[in-house]
Amino acid sequence: MNVVSVPATTHAMASPSPPPLQAGPDADSREWLRRLRSDGPDRDAALADLRALLIRAARFELNRRRASAPHLRGGDYDDLAEQSADDALVAILAKLDRYRGDSRFTTWAYKFALLEAAVKLRRQAWQGRELPLETDHWATFADHGTSPHQDAETGELMTAIRDAIDSELTSHQREILVAITLNDVPIDVLADRLTTTRGALYKTLHDARRKLRAHLAERDLLPEREVR
Amino acid sequence: MTGHLDPDRLARLLGPAEREVTCEECFDLLDRYVELELAGVDADSAIPGLRPHLAGCPACREDHESLLAYTRGQR
Repeated sequence: MNVVSVPATTHAMASPSPPPLQAGPDADSREWLRRLRSDGPDRDAALADLRALLIRAARFELNRRRASAPHLRGGDYDDLAEQSADDALVAILAKLDRYRGDSRFTTWAYKFALLEAAVKLRRQAWQGRELPLETDHWATFADHGTSPHQDAETGELMTAIRDAIDSELTSHQREILVAITLNDVPIDVLADRLTTTRGALYKTLHDARRKLRAHLAERDLLPEREVR
Repeated sequence: MTGHLDPDRLARLLGPAEREVTCEECFDLLDRYVELELAGVDADSAIPGLRPHLAGCPACREDHESLLAYTRGQR
């Protein structure tokens, strides 16, 4: 099975330490945990119930994103929903001890199925396609300005952005930044092709964005609403 | 080079200015964040750094949209 992992990164960032929404799992969630941790027929029934719940969540996600993979047929969606549910079930059982009861158990479980379905659909949509990693789509970044003054300001900013991308970033940072932010390559599709993880790529993207911001700030070109 | 910068594209390029959680932290916190939203609680104050990450990470943003929509539909 192909369980999606989103490993830890060391960068950034905020240190989330949210207070608990509730004091431990609610009664329904405790019952899910009891059944899943039991033996025999009760556990088998709980696994079947959970798998059915995950299939419904995966189908919801696949239907929601159906337009992104028009080549898929009805049977393909059924297969993807079942694969997503199976992979989500494996991930949930592996992480059951990490469920703290900060949300309902079902909400916690849904996210695994939704993630698996979304990732599988994005992979299907990009299967066999070459990933654009170069900055040859600047035309999508700009249209015509409304005044010569605006054109001049925009031109200066865009030149600075291109300079920063070319001179401040490593080649790896440049490829990741361009692929994800200019060419709309999904981060997990890119992670698959580069045999890395979503978390590792986002760390690279974060570092590239920080360099880009610093380059623009030094030149007093960081857009006003972006200044912090 | 002249023209009018697409603000959405510029935002994607520069990413969030605020401190943000990682992708893994986002996934860990997402179910709680969604339940806070559905309860009408200020989820952004309770879980700082998650909203900026959603702004900066398209894949995590999709995960959030889906979990919020699906969970809302189950209530």
